[in-house]
Amino acid sequence: MKKTIATLAVGLGVALAGATLGAGSASAQATLANVKQKGFLQCGANTGLAGFGVPDAQGNWSGFDVDYCRAVAAAVFGDPTKVRFTPLAAKDRFTALQSGEVDVLIRNTTVTMSRDTALGLHFTGVNYYDGQGFMVRKKLGVSSAKELNGASICTQQGTTTELNLADYFRANNMKYEVVAFASSDETFKAYDSGRCDAFTTDASGLYAERLRASAPDDHIVLPEVISKEPLGPGVRKGDGQWADIVTWVGYALVNAEELGVTKANVDQMMKSDNPEVKRLLGVEGSFGEGIGLTKDWAARIVKGVGNYGEIFERNIGEGSRLKIKRGLNALWSKGGLQYGMPIR
Amino acid sequence: MAVHSLTPGADLAYVQARSSDPLPPPSLVRGPIAWLRQNLFSSIPNAILTFAVLGLLLLIIPPTIRFLLIDAVWTGADRAACREDMAGRPVGACWAFVVDRIGYFTYGGYPVESRWRVDLWFAMLAVGIGWMLWLKAPRRDVGAVYFFAIFPVASFVLLTGWQAIGLTPVATAFWGGILVTLVVSIVGIVFSLPFGILLALGRRSKLPLVKLACVVFIEVIRGVPLITVLIMANTMLPLFLPAGVSVDRLLRPLIGVAIFASAYMAEVVRGGLQAVPKGQYEGAMSLGLGYWRMMLFIVLPQALRIVIPGIVNTFIGLFKDTSLVYVIGVFDLMKTIEAARIDPQWAAPTVSNTGYAFAAFFYFVCCFGMSRYSLMVERKLAAGQRR
Repeated sequence: MKKTIATLAVGLGVALAGATLGAGSASAQATLANVKQKGFLQCGANTGLAGFGVPDAQGNWSGFDVDYCRAVAAAVFGDPTKVRFTPLAAKDRFTALQSGEVDVLIRNTTVTMSRDTALGLHFTGVNYYDGQGFMVRKKLGVSSAKELNGASICTQQGTTTELNLADYFRANNMKYEVVAFASSDETFKAYDSGRCDAFTTDASGLYAERLRASAPDDHIVLPEVISKEPLGPGVRKGDGQWADIVTWVGYALVNAEELGVTKANVDQMMKSDNPEVKRLLGVEGSFGEGIGLTKDWAARIVKGVGNYGEIFERNIGEGSRLKIKRGLNALWSKGGLQYGMPIR
Repeated sequence: MAVHSLTPGADLAYVQARSSDPLPPPSLVRGPIAWLRQNLFSSIPNAILTFAVLGLLLLIIPPTIRFLLIDAVWTGADRAACREDMAGRPVGACWAFVVDRIGYFTYGGYPVESRWRVDLWFAMLAVGIGWMLWLKAPRRDVGAVYFFAIFPVASFVLLTGWQAIGLTPVATAFWGGILVTLVVSIVGIVFSLPFGILLALGRRSKLPLVKLACVVFIEVIRGVPLITVLIMANTMLPLFLPAGVSVDRLLRPLIGVAIFASAYMAEVVRGGLQAVPKGQYEGAMSLGLGYWRMMLFIVLPQALRIVIPGIVNTFIGLFKDTSLVYVIGVFDLMKTIEAARIDPQWAAPTVSNTGYAFAAFFYFVCCFGMSRYSLMVERKLAAGQRR
């Protein structure tokens, strides 16, 4: 009952968000000026997701999405610390953006058509390609999700994971038994204690959950990804300049990685002869000024938070406890999907 | 008319004609064995029940103590300390996690260099509550002024900051943990009692419009779940406000909780008003007291005493309900635990349980304290009615 009313309220909220779109866009036009005047970026963040946004013992947030917020702040102010986080529950993330409470939403939000078109929201690219995956015990001897016929699978109730699971097994003509639980914690505990053969959730979450298993090394993540969950930053519709800024902050991070510009070597790279590096760092041309920032906007970003690869490795990759493989998030030149649009 | 025999009741079937046999002397009337026999093993069903309960306790208590104390890990820097495969011994509760994150659980993201302000606030709160609750404390009138006038202003200045006197402003977005839990519940408790009383009086008022307004307010708010009020306050409110105007994210649940608690309190107080005999009202009127004096000096003191258990019950419920603010992204104690437990630094099987155990302990201590205090007050105030 509570859930129904909550859904109803959210539905109403979304409808209203659409209705007030016209009014909202007038004020949205000047997001950059507004941010500069405030002196900090207000970033809609996650309320806690391992590797993407977690508070430390002092209550400071860190993580992959958090660093993206810092990158935008670095581009605007030259200072990655000029950002404030508003932790948003999944329900109120879009209204918070719509009402102008946050300037940008970087909070593992899946890019979908209806969200992009109907919610007054504009996605500025994809910063992390996620997808639903499976974890099994090594001793089960399974190396592919295709071999899971007849398996019992632990999952969380009422989520899209449950629906994707049904789709995948039906499409592959396999039988399975779903064991669903209300909370993610409960779901994983059940898998860990042997209630089911496999555990499924988004791939990024699988690695975080595996860490809390009683014997993490006994479990493997299967290679198949059965759903598309492209996660991307979002801004309000109607402010082209601000959308450009957030979009190109993302591309600058990927370009910096492609060109080997890192937090450590960015100052030497300023002297590089490579024309692409020159354009990226603002030695040549004035691409930053075209979007209302300074010439050295990309250099500021890399100085502040590093390039895409550095952000990835530090928060969720080999340099972190999660040790998530780059996979789809590798550069296009290394078999992944991250492709920095040329800056010229 | 029949003539009765001299022995009274001799012709009545239900009157015993002879005195009954004396009972055997009690075998043992004092001492622990007698107590056991009388209370735990007085009959066979009673003895069976006793054994069943003992068995149940034996089943629950030793593993709990083992988990919470004996196998617990008290010190450590990260997950390695709390994992059986790394620590090399059975691991129960991971208190090292709570120790490491206690600052976060208490203050949330409140800047470390300003946390002394929160500590000072906790101290001021303790003084205020102690002053108000200790019935024999000196100058309780000053205490009331302190708690209801000075303390709220001081809290606001202290916690949100005031540049002019050198306190750096701290946005409520940084508040969290026990600080937020206490702020939300104290605002709810402090506002709900006066507003609840006014609403209850309004509902019993003879003025039709006042009565209607109060009835509608109470019934509408009581008719929806708290979570709906919170989501309305958080998600819908910003859409109705003109662009550029925004209500603080912490203020929204504060208003929501205060309104919600007032409606419940109104019904509790109304119960007390109805239990005061009509003679009391009439007596007060015959003394020439006006409406407010009658209520203040005669009716309310009696009505509120009757409903102390109900009021405290509402407070306890409210105190625990504050954990619902997590649904709108406000970091109360529960939510800080939720956020901290997923940190890969502390990824270990028992970390979540330990966090929840800590929350349970905190809530239990607070609620049990409230409950015991209310019993004490009830006994004190009912002294005049004891026979």
